[in-house]
Amino acid sequence: MTYKDSKLVDAIDLVKNSIQIFDCKVLVSNSELSIESSKSDFIKIILFLKDHPNTSFDVLVDICAVDYPDRKNRFEIVYQLLSISLNLRMKLKLKIKEDEPVESLSNIYPCANWYEREIWDLFGISFENHPDLRRILTDYDFEGFPLRKDFPLTGFVQVKYDDETQQVINEPVKLDQEYRDFDNLSPWEGMTKILPGDEKSGQ
Amino acid sequence: MKRVVNKTKIENYSMNFGPQHPAAHGVLRLVLELDGEIVERADPHIGLLHRGTEKLIENKTYLQAIPYFDRLDYVSPMCQEHAYALAVEKLMQIEVPVRGQYIRVLFSEITRILNHILNITTFALDVGAMTPFLWLFEEREVLMEFYERVSGSRLHAAYFRPGGVHRDLPDGLLEDIKDFTKRFPDRINDVEKLLESNRIFRQRTVDIGIIKAKDALERGFSGPCLRASGVAWDLRRTQPYDVYDKFDFKVPTGSVGDCYERFLVRVEEMRQSLLIINQCIEMMPKGQCISDDPKITPPKRSEMKVSMEALINHFKLFTEGYHVPSGETYTSVEAPKGEFGVYIISDGTNKPYRCKIRAPGFPLLQATEFLSKGHMLADLVAIIGSLDIVFGEIDR
Repeated sequence: MTYKDSKLVDAIDLVKNSIQIFDCKVLVSNSELSIESSKSDFIKIILFLKDHPNTSFDVLVDICAVDYPDRKNRFEIVYQLLSISLNLRMKLKLKIKEDEPVESLSNIYPCANWYEREIWDLFGISFENHPDLRRILTDYDFEGFPLRKDFPLTGFVQVKYDDETQQVINEPVKLDQEYRDFDNLSPWEGMTKILPGDEKSGQ
Repeated sequence: MKRVVNKTKIENYSMNFGPQHPAAHGVLRLVLELDGEIVERADPHIGLLHRGTEKLIENKTYLQAIPYFDRLDYVSPMCQEHAYALAVEKLMQIEVPVRGQYIRVLFSEITRILNHILNITTFALDVGAMTPFLWLFEEREVLMEFYERVSGSRLHAAYFRPGGVHRDLPDGLLEDIKDFTKRFPDRINDVEKLLESNRIFRQRTVDIGIIKAKDALERGFSGPCLRASGVAWDLRRTQPYDVYDKFDFKVPTGSVGDCYERFLVRVEEMRQSLLIINQCIEMMPKGQCISDDPKITPPKRSEMKVSMEALINHFKLFTEGYHVPSGETYTSVEAPKGEFGVYIISDGTNKPYRCKIRAPGFPLLQATEFLSKGHMLADLVAIIGSLDIVFGEIDR
């Protein structure tokens, strides 16, 4: 942090103290403030943060969803908030299960409308009371949720112009060269007994 | 006798604007509902340039992700690399050498001029003025030559790296930039004189697409569009990064928040950028331009010829890449279009677990309907031009 650290610490303390009445966990890492909200108090916390003169987080900068397929609560939604008067940013996190809808913020922060559409499009998380939950970034007849970890990088379909029918069509993905995903993480542990290609020797 | 008047109800007219229209600034498809010539509803359909950048970055090492940032907002590439480099540095806790920081600021400001030239001139073109485009694009070419001299390419530079910048400045570059800063104010004055008091330009832009400060904040505005509404919010001043706190510059603001003021704010920002560039050249220290940690920075070629260790480091860096300690950060910079943010979640491996890109143009385009409701169709073109929209970053 290059801007005044003492002011930042004061601001973080102020938010910490005023948020205590709600059911939430406060964390500070890398001098960034993040609050993990429970689902029941979520809307109350957002309204409090936005409208209370102590905090006044008047800008919703961004909403981001993260997919953790192995966790019980599969998705985490991170709301980036900014308070102009405190000169402070914070993250508000919400953990949800798969197929669990989230309350939409589009009537509290109008810019949430598209951010939520984007999350619906890429992750398949639905938002309750959203005025217009359509896909936004992918194609009109796209299927699947591409930013989930179980969606392959290459996707399932590829697009081409078909000479016979004279229109653009979707067809299953064909790769001329197999996708090469190098595993650079596991350290080399010497040779195994079966070498790649050994299975052909018996043929 | 009572006269019976037959009222025929006239249905609203739906129209498709774009995606192949020069005033759509790329691939915007707007579905408009018009009452005569008045815009009743404007529904932007985006995503025609969606390339899945965030998904691709999740499958690349940290170093391989840099070029994707050039391709987001392709008229201000280095500012976006800057946000990414700062985020990775924050997670890895790398100190950047002072000269590296100065070079970054210098090129961020060159990028700002590059971007504003494109926006101001194409905006003028949208509302009917061809000349500024011809005048300023010549200068834009000069700026892109500076890009080429430091990085080897005119647009997709991949010059800012976590830890500093890729190479030091070539000889004579600073003098040439200095020459440019002497010549360019005249060009700005020419264009400003041509447009500022021009009757047609003012008729097309003054009081068109007004947004008040409160609405602008609620709708996630940032950058020149927010400042034109009267909020003096500039991340270079309020949350300075690199060496921005060492420079003396002003943050221009407007008061009404219409298309005309958004134009004026950008013109003034170009002048302030020139000031920062000049101070940068004067204060430019000597020294290294990138951190000398061999685990982050590739070794010099000459070193690799004689040192085995340098060779190993080089090999490991360009196959496996460096590992970033687990953690998360949201880091943002004042890009020419507004707040450009990168939210990285690292799980301790050599690839980001999640990398969310906050594009400034996304909320701006979202407000199109709010801004254009009740205006004429022709005003919509002025509004889109004044918002500074580039689809590379909106569609990602």
